[in-house]
Amino acid sequence: MLADKDRIFTNVYGYQSWRLDAAMARGDWDNTKALLELGQDKIIDVVKASGLRGRGGAGFPTGTKWSFMPKEPKPDRPNFLVINADESEPGSCKDREIIRHDPHKLIEGALVAGFAMRARAAYIYIRGEYIREAETLFAAVAEAYDKGLVGKNACGSGYDFDVFVHRGAGAYICGEETAMLESLEGKKGQPRLKPPFPAGAGLYGCPTTVNNVESIAVAPTILRRGAEWFSSFGAENNRGTKLFQISGHVNTPCVVEEAMSIPFRELIEKHCGGIRGGWDNLLAVIPGGSSVPLVPAKDIMDAPMDFDGLKAVGSGLGTAAVIVMDKSTDVVRAISRLSYFYKHESCGQCTPCREGTGWMWRVMERLRTGDADISEIDMLQQVTKQVEGHSICALGDAAAWPIQGLIRHFRPELERRINDRNGNGGDLAPMQEAAE
Amino acid sequence: MPKVKVDGVEIEVPQGATVLQACELAGKEIPRFCYHERLSIAGNCRMCLVEVKPGPPKPQASCALPAAENQEIFTTTPMVKHAREGIMEFLLINHPLDCPICDQGGECDLQDQSVAYGRGHSRYAENKRAVTEKYMGPIVKTIMTRCIQCTRCVRFAEEVAGVEEIGAIYRGENMQITSYLEEAVSSELSGNVVDLCPVGALTSKPYAFEARPWELRKTLTIDVMDAVGTNIRLDSRGRQVLRCVPRVNDEVNEEWATDKTRHAVDGLVRKRLDRPYVRRDGKLHPVTWDEAFAAIASVDHGGSVAAVAGDLVDCETMFAAKALLKELGSSLLEGRQTGMDYDTSSLAAVNFNTTIAGTEEADAILLIGTNLRWEAPLVNTRIRKAIKKGAKVFAIGPETELTYKVEWLGADLAVLGSLPERVTEAFAGAAKPMVIVGGAALKGAHGAALALVDKLGLVKDGWNGFNVVHMAASRMGGLMLGFAQKAGIAALYDAKLSFFLGADECDHARFTGFKVYVGHHGDRGAHHADVILPAASYAEKSGTYVNLEGRVQRGERAVFPPGDAREDWTIFRALSEKLGCTLAFDTIDELRAAMALDCPELSTLGLKTFAWNPPALGGTAEGVLDGYPIKDFYLTNAICRASPTMQRCSAELVHGESFAEAAE
Repeated sequence: MLADKDRIFTNVYGYQSWRLDAAMARGDWDNTKALLELGQDKIIDVVKASGLRGRGGAGFPTGTKWSFMPKEPKPDRPNFLVINADESEPGSCKDREIIRHDPHKLIEGALVAGFAMRARAAYIYIRGEYIREAETLFAAVAEAYDKGLVGKNACGSGYDFDVFVHRGAGAYICGEETAMLESLEGKKGQPRLKPPFPAGAGLYGCPTTVNNVESIAVAPTILRRGAEWFSSFGAENNRGTKLFQISGHVNTPCVVEEAMSIPFRELIEKHCGGIRGGWDNLLAVIPGGSSVPLVPAKDIMDAPMDFDGLKAVGSGLGTAAVIVMDKSTDVVRAISRLSYFYKHESCGQCTPCREGTGWMWRVMERLRTGDADISEIDMLQQVTKQVEGHSICALGDAAAWPIQGLIRHFRPELERRINDRNGNGGDLAPMQEAAE
Repeated sequence: MPKVKVDGVEIEVPQGATVLQACELAGKEIPRFCYHERLSIAGNCRMCLVEVKPGPPKPQASCALPAAENQEIFTTTPMVKHAREGIMEFLLINHPLDCPICDQGGECDLQDQSVAYGRGHSRYAENKRAVTEKYMGPIVKTIMTRCIQCTRCVRFAEEVAGVEEIGAIYRGENMQITSYLEEAVSSELSGNVVDLCPVGALTSKPYAFEARPWELRKTLTIDVMDAVGTNIRLDSRGRQVLRCVPRVNDEVNEEWATDKTRHAVDGLVRKRLDRPYVRRDGKLHPVTWDEAFAAIASVDHGGSVAAVAGDLVDCETMFAAKALLKELGSSLLEGRQTGMDYDTSSLAAVNFNTTIAGTEEADAILLIGTNLRWEAPLVNTRIRKAIKKGAKVFAIGPETELTYKVEWLGADLAVLGSLPERVTEAFAGAAKPMVIVGGAALKGAHGAALALVDKLGLVKDGWNGFNVVHMAASRMGGLMLGFAQKAGIAALYDAKLSFFLGADECDHARFTGFKVYVGHHGDRGAHHADVILPAASYAEKSGTYVNLEGRVQRGERAVFPPGDAREDWTIFRALSEKLGCTLAFDTIDELRAAMALDCPELSTLGLKTFAWNPPALGGTAEGVLDGYPIKDFYLTNAICRASPTMQRCSAELVHGESFAEAAE
């Protein structure tokens, strides 16, 4: 279990004030100038050495991402940092906690990361539904400006750096990095084609890096405590600490900072009071937010909660939004509801996702009640394969994976419902025979 | 020049080419819906997926992927086949199966590609999506349930037409294409979205349910609605032209046509003159050709004969009239009906010298008294392209919406003598400066504009930046054939016998002599005529036209003229016999041979360049422009005035506002 002294987010439960003075008392903004004086390359090297992988779901090494930015930005094409606080993935709620209770970690991180990638400004794109959180963030940024921590000559370092907070309007797709850039530019939030990647041509055509809130917020602490400290947690290639968000059928759902690679069982026992009804009552877990495939109980129980460990069981860490489902769950209905979410949130730009998400949801709804043919399970599987990998952004993949996971692990359940409904065995008496 | 391998065949592709272009160079057909050569890349239909190595283990959209050195592209692998089948299935699940009643049937990309790349059966058992129709104006009919959201129309409106009035609303499977507030799209080019639409979602409203593409006879010809000389194809069935679509000509119209070009054709069957008339006792009476000719022969003209060329006539007609007048001892020829009398001693001084395609390369442009959006919409789109490449545009004249950013210098022509510093600076720094003089300024500022040539350095090696925009398809040909008098049309007013070759825009009442109207529509000219000789419209004769940049083009006959109407040149040939001075040509080929002797430039097709020796005219300009020559884009000639579609467009798009106010 992660010791208290090793926690980065020391106010994640909001026991203290989020205000600047309280944040400074917790160690934020402590001689940030010295961090900047390390120099841009040194900062990137430390972040690389720490093994920090992006906390937004894809797990791309953060330091490497920063190093893609042009080393000598032209005056008419400045570098930008865009911070993705459009946390809309069902199950995810870590960025919310950071912004609510520790916004200055994020703002300091924005300065440090922005300085490292030679950015002129950071745009924090916050989810539209996060109304109070946005208010907190606006106030926190204003505090930082007042104290000269950001803005002209930020922290007395001689570096000019602005932080803008931009509120979204409630579209899940705007959490996709290029759709976020479109939205920031005032256009309809639809993902762009890649290449060009944002590091080449991003916001307003300028080099841009899009990072998750957590990736940015941990950066100052990594620099203060050193790469070795951060990389002492977690398994090889999955270093550091991570905010886990456990929801669903556990006794005490929570957001908790833990070391990476903590076994699932330990995470649940230590922080969540165990599974509701005991471990035998566990049905399945969606370990990384709604877009990763679910993992049945027997596979997940002792899996390490990290990128590679969950990949090994056919899923992914995603944002570490752990959705626990016990045996009272109608798992088909649960996945069908996720399908509805993706159908609702598809931007409609490209064909497979626009047409496929609606089709998949409709078939899922019928499978839920068993109003289908056995062969439609295979057809659904094929449709998910037709969507996966064919769309512009990853939303198509995200819509396909939960269904693929369901079919992979719960096909007998799907067949049982169809058979029950059609009267081939099961509890219901066969309708036709009864009529004869 | 990267080298790529397409299905094992190594080819070299131009720098910056996409994978799709590489495949096309290799002779591989790549299905596509959203991709269009002349629009930006959207990459959203996903039909053009191919397998690319090196790359991620999934198919890539070839339209958006740059071709790179040593790339291996596969277009026939199982992965590609499955991807295409999958996308095709997705496109079709919500597409209605109403091909039998769809106007796109027979020329539908979705039909063709589903046959070629689809699975042939449907697995979709749910209800299909239905979408409400959207109003897009008098030209574009919408059946939005058929829409596959390729966004070609959106990109066309924004990028080419320059009106951001088509867009997509809602998201996911509810995404819908619509016009802004569901009002008519206020573009002269809106009809092009019908051609661009790969399915039957946007179809032609006037042409709805008229014909199937395979029943139509297709004739390649030249448009006469403006002086651009749009290359068109007239689709006809029996004796009627049913529609007009543009042909591809990168030098002239790319592949666009204006709404007037496309939809004035329904005026070809209305208000037609189909028999000769003679005025007796103040009224026009139908007569035979012989009676009509006899009425003309009875005029005692004493050599005082004039011919006024209308805006739509071809060079052959003008030459036949010129030849007849020559036999009668006159050379009173004029085509500038509205009274223009600019100097025509050097054709280069009244030509669009930069050429239409060359306009794209200009980096500083000064518009003098021209509303290009109405006078030559397809030149206007080229200026939009030039601006995209960084050109600066200034304009003199009453402010109007040209679909791009213009710095207006006021309506006072005197500014030509003392251009503001920012203008001269922009031109001094320009490699390819350009001045465009429109009809409004040609009268008072031709000399002043020519004076700019030296001041702004418009003419240099390989570049001539002096341009005049004409608005009549017959103008350049007429000027080449000598249809210009020093005093303008006023020199013709007192002629004893005047021929009006489809001339409807002049002040007929000023002509004191005997008036013969040779034309195809019962319009203004016919109302004033003493004798009417029914002739052929541009669709009914093979004709040579010279567009505003001096490009000689020839069109073919699509249909025959109605009733007793005849091709214009045959009328003059027959009349010459009655007048006792038989013209020396019996066939169109003989006429063209004679015309080539008279005007060698007309002997071959293609762009003619005129030697640059501008006349010395007075260099000052005065006067304030109070408007542009075209008051109503949709009603500029006899054919469009007879066209119900153009009348509707005019009422709605030009006068719509005033109508709405009157109703209040």
